[in-house]
Amino acid sequence: MATTAVGHAPTGYAPHGHAPKTGLWSWITTVDHKRIGILYGATAFLFFLIGGLEALLVRIQLMRPDNTFLSPETYNQMFTMHGTTMIFLAVMPLSATFFNFFIPILIGARDVAFPRLNAFSYWVFLLGGLFLMASIPLGLMPDQGWFGYANLTSNQYSPGLNVEFWNLGLQILGISSLAAAVNFFTTVINMRAPGMKMLRMPIFVWMSFITQVLLLLSFPVITVALIMLMFDRLFGTHFFVPASGGDPLMWQHLFWIFGHPEVYILILPSFGIISEILPVFSRKPLFGYAAMVFSGIFIAFLGFGVWSHHMFATGMGPIADTFFALGTMLIAIPTGVKIFNWIGTMAGGSLQFKTPLYFAIGFVAMFIIGGLSGVMHAVAPHDLQQTDTYFVVAHFHYVLFGGSIFALTAGAYYWWPKMFGRMLDEGLGKVHFWLMLVSFNLTFFPMHLVGLLGMPRRTYTYPAGLGFEIYNQMETIGALLLGLSQLIFLYNMIKTWRKPADAPADPWNGATLEWAIPSPPQEWNFNEIPVVHSRDPLWEAKRERGGPLPEPAKVSGAGIHLPNPSFWPLMAAIGVTAIFTALLLIEKFHAVGIIVAVAFFLFSVFKWAFEPAG
Amino acid sequence: MPFETPTLRRLARVGGLACLLALVVALAGCSPDQYPQSALHPRGDFARMVDGLFHQVLFWATVVFVLVEGALIYVIFRYRGKPDDPEPEQTHGNTTLEIVWTMVPAIILAMIAVPTVKAIFVENSVPTNNPLTVQVIGHQWWWEFRYPEYGITTANELHIPVGRTVSLRMGTSDVVHSFWTPQLAGKRDVFPNRETRLWFTAEAPGYYRGQCAEFCGIQHAKMAFHIVADSPEQFDAYVKSMQATGTLTATGAPRPAPAPAGTPVKLQGGAVVKTGLGGPTPTPAGPAPQAAPAAPADTTKPAAPTDPVLVAGNKLFLSKGCVGCHALTAVNVPAGMVGPNLAHIGTRRHIAAGMIENTDANLAHWIRVPQEVKKGVLMPNLGLTEQEAQQLVAYFRALAKQ
Amino acid sequence: MAHDAALDAGHALHPETTTGIDNRKLAIWTFIGSECMFFASLIATYLVYKGKSLSGPTPAEMLQIPLVTFGTALLLFSSLFVVLALNGAQRGNRRQLIIWLGMTLVCGAFFVGMQVYEFQHFVHEGLTLKTNLFGASFYLLTGFHGTHVTIGVLWLATVFVTALRGKLPPERAMNLEIAALYWHFVDVVWIVIFPVVYLMKD
Repeated sequence: MATTAVGHAPTGYAPHGHAPKTGLWSWITTVDHKRIGILYGATAFLFFLIGGLEALLVRIQLMRPDNTFLSPETYNQMFTMHGTTMIFLAVMPLSATFFNFFIPILIGARDVAFPRLNAFSYWVFLLGGLFLMASIPLGLMPDQGWFGYANLTSNQYSPGLNVEFWNLGLQILGISSLAAAVNFFTTVINMRAPGMKMLRMPIFVWMSFITQVLLLLSFPVITVALIMLMFDRLFGTHFFVPASGGDPLMWQHLFWIFGHPEVYILILPSFGIISEILPVFSRKPLFGYAAMVFSGIFIAFLGFGVWSHHMFATGMGPIADTFFALGTMLIAIPTGVKIFNWIGTMAGGSLQFKTPLYFAIGFVAMFIIGGLSGVMHAVAPHDLQQTDTYFVVAHFHYVLFGGSIFALTAGAYYWWPKMFGRMLDEGLGKVHFWLMLVSFNLTFFPMHLVGLLGMPRRTYTYPAGLGFEIYNQMETIGALLLGLSQLIFLYNMIKTWRKPADAPADPWNGATLEWAIPSPPQEWNFNEIPVVHSRDPLWEAKRERGGPLPEPAKVSGAGIHLPNPSFWPLMAAIGVTAIFTALLLIEKFHAVGIIVAVAFFLFSVFKWAFEPAG
Repeated sequence: MPFETPTLRRLARVGGLACLLALVVALAGCSPDQYPQSALHPRGDFARMVDGLFHQVLFWATVVFVLVEGALIYVIFRYRGKPDDPEPEQTHGNTTLEIVWTMVPAIILAMIAVPTVKAIFVENSVPTNNPLTVQVIGHQWWWEFRYPEYGITTANELHIPVGRTVSLRMGTSDVVHSFWTPQLAGKRDVFPNRETRLWFTAEAPGYYRGQCAEFCGIQHAKMAFHIVADSPEQFDAYVKSMQATGTLTATGAPRPAPAPAGTPVKLQGGAVVKTGLGGPTPTPAGPAPQAAPAAPADTTKPAAPTDPVLVAGNKLFLSKGCVGCHALTAVNVPAGMVGPNLAHIGTRRHIAAGMIENTDANLAHWIRVPQEVKKGVLMPNLGLTEQEAQQLVAYFRALAKQ
Repeated sequence: MAHDAALDAGHALHPETTTGIDNRKLAIWTFIGSECMFFASLIATYLVYKGKSLSGPTPAEMLQIPLVTFGTALLLFSSLFVVLALNGAQRGNRRQLIIWLGMTLVCGAFFVGMQVYEFQHFVHEGLTLKTNLFGASFYLLTGFHGTHVTIGVLWLATVFVTALRGKLPPERAMNLEIAALYWHFVDVVWIVIFPVVYLMKD
């Protein structure tokens, strides 16, 4: 099926080196993890902007009581698409950008374990995203919430293809995530450079690795739930139809057994990014490396045992409530350890206030707030007042925006020079940070209050006189400013794009392997596979040399073996999407569509399997 | 090492954060009239219990917040470095410190956990102090309330006596909803095929707003309701007047729709009736004829109205199809009626599931073009003229006065 | 030691993986871990809905143990056969490889055929996906297992063809080994499903 990136047999050497690959075809057939990472980043950022636009429409609608800016249907579609887009098409693939580009480099490898499978993951993600987005021009946007609670999603209460776009789209995206998870799991276990022991790996690699485990174990559960819903809707089963004995509560359990680990899938990579940035800009190693690793593992482990804290209001009884409340509180302990270790990393350091550090500190400050409101949810009796209100909306935006997005932005400023060979503008970066921090808090802090004052989530309007008005106005103004801050970032990217390459290999005095190679790296990453002796190999090298390292030279790559480009991953991804499109249109094409799509998929997989990997 | 400016700034920040706590406390101090749906203004024992819990948690959260953010801000200003500074000391950790900051949160969490678990068991208990049982049935997008004890049914406005615990037994006729009156109690979801329960006791007379809290379709936002906490005397009077609607013959026979499977609507037969009226007969499971009115011994109301307002309204109510989904009597209402019960609709303070004030103009508009007021609602625009709508409004008002 | 010491040339290529385990083998194990959650969810669903059907037919009325026991036995034997085939591939014994791999394929194909027959029989008797919760959860669970068996048969058949063409020398035995790992997993899942669905049918 697939073979390793770096061949075992000494065949396929390029005696005269590798010419840089250019042109559209080279991107379509690329199996280079760095290019795939960039593709992930560009696509995800675009989806992030779309998701943000959806949020702005929601906020404009809620600016005034009894507003009629959006119809109820459109509003419901917007908040559904906002949640789905941000989780599956923005935050997860933005993390995947950094997995792709940096995991192989950070562990001293030339590529991931399965370069073509990696390309396949990206193409499936892209096509799955487009599948979901296709519902917009067709006017069939999903409108049942990103959580899709049964039995509202049944044919009886949600006729039309809206739910299918969501259900089938998520199944496509699940295939992408699973393929990527298998790939990165194998890469981290098996592709480490000599001396790169597990407990020498950068924390970003560790947290990403744990994320892959969560993906592997949680996505199958949502897949089963989605399949059951699909069978209910397309093939007439009654898994969630109460009239035939089906139990809507079953959906909630399956959904949250996936959904809570998913929360950590969204945040753990960000923990990793912050754990890379803080030491570099404190000029001091990470405080409590082992505690960071094991708290991450502990969080992930507990993450599988607390799903029902999303369901306190369903009336599970005192024993279950107690179990899930205490389990949830326990998670605060490893999370607290992480926060203290980050502060401990900075304490005693020599803080270099560059943009990545601004965002990293912003992350820590905001995540503390999100963590504290998270503990409040664990207080099950009062959660009955908080759940499904804006208090919860405030909480998860503090951890997902104040957390993940701040961290991913920090990562973007930190790694941009390595990815593109150009430094992002520091001045604009700081404007971006301050505007984002202030407008973020203006948007989301009032949500705590308005939630406690009784404003439920997912409501397209509210009457005057409940005391919600002033907070909603603040939130809307904040959201518009927050949108503006993202435009500043976009402007910064474009401006940086247009200037000549100016980034040295090691602009930040980095500690890890990516700063030892040219910016941007050559296709094979390392001219020679490094041997690692410590957790901060580059700092060690610089200390031993007594100063900065010489700028690494670009080489021809002669004698370095590279995997062959392939377009079969894209073909197989089209096959996957075709299968789900055939399911979407099953009323029209019946089994024929599915058979044709499956045949095309199998054909592509066979071509892929028997194509020389190089 | 003293750092004048950072210390000042740090104090300013910490002060700002403390303001947040103050803000919540201040909000709680505001008049509940300003915040009729607020969890910070408890007026029931359940809500008060969890509010107390919240204040404990908020206290600890504020302490942690101030300390941790304070430490962060201190570190930011204290360890600001310059590019040419010498390399700081390369520490990798501190076992003692790490154990301390694992244990301290654990202790704080334990202090939160104890009252939490206690409250979980209280919250999940079944009240035994002679509670008033009410059946709550969620519908897209309104609430049905049934009092088995009195044999009456109403919609969207639940009257309860102050001081007597109310025990809710809840279900839904369609999708999952969540019953939530923040000032009285936390929320509880309602499911098909599964009964959920909730209890609370109102502490003071009042008009408490509640709202569905689980997304349930296009008009989830407009699925509110009110709980009217009456004095015991007022409540008795309310029950009597509702039971009196059983004498109405003006309604025509409510045509019950078949109950969707799994609808947990069962009126308990033989319920105690406090008034002097005849006891309601247990509702038959199948299609029921016009609620066989218990012959009232103490009323002299005519069986058929002669008032022209009543005659005209009755005619419209029958001929325009209202009767197909709505009942005007609160007594012996069969399970599975499609539309909300309209007994004494004329006296309710809000219409359209707690969303609109019950003025003549609003009510007429709502009757005439429900799809404009609440798009997607089951009731179609019936093609009533302005005048017909006004006649129906007058009819409802007149019925309420009887 | 200078800069080169930290980053010195280990090897021009990764001659071996870090753990010494083949990447593909590790990936299959990883995938199997994920699949465990998939089947665990399906089996849990079956158990949760067991006895919750509002109308018949019930598992006790429908399920016939003898035929499926025979199919189960064949599936179990096929796991042994594929081990023998792999042994042949690793030792370069082409005859052993082809015979046992062929036997594996026959067993797998028979199992799929048995399931198709069983499904047809049930539909004829009036149990479909739509009939009740038993029908839905039974077909979903055994159907997805059957799909996995079918994929396994297709995969092993591909390997079989390469073996017939003499393109499976011992150094490429891994191509068979990873398919065999998947095949064992599919068998193991059935060992759970068979008692849960058939033996506990009452």
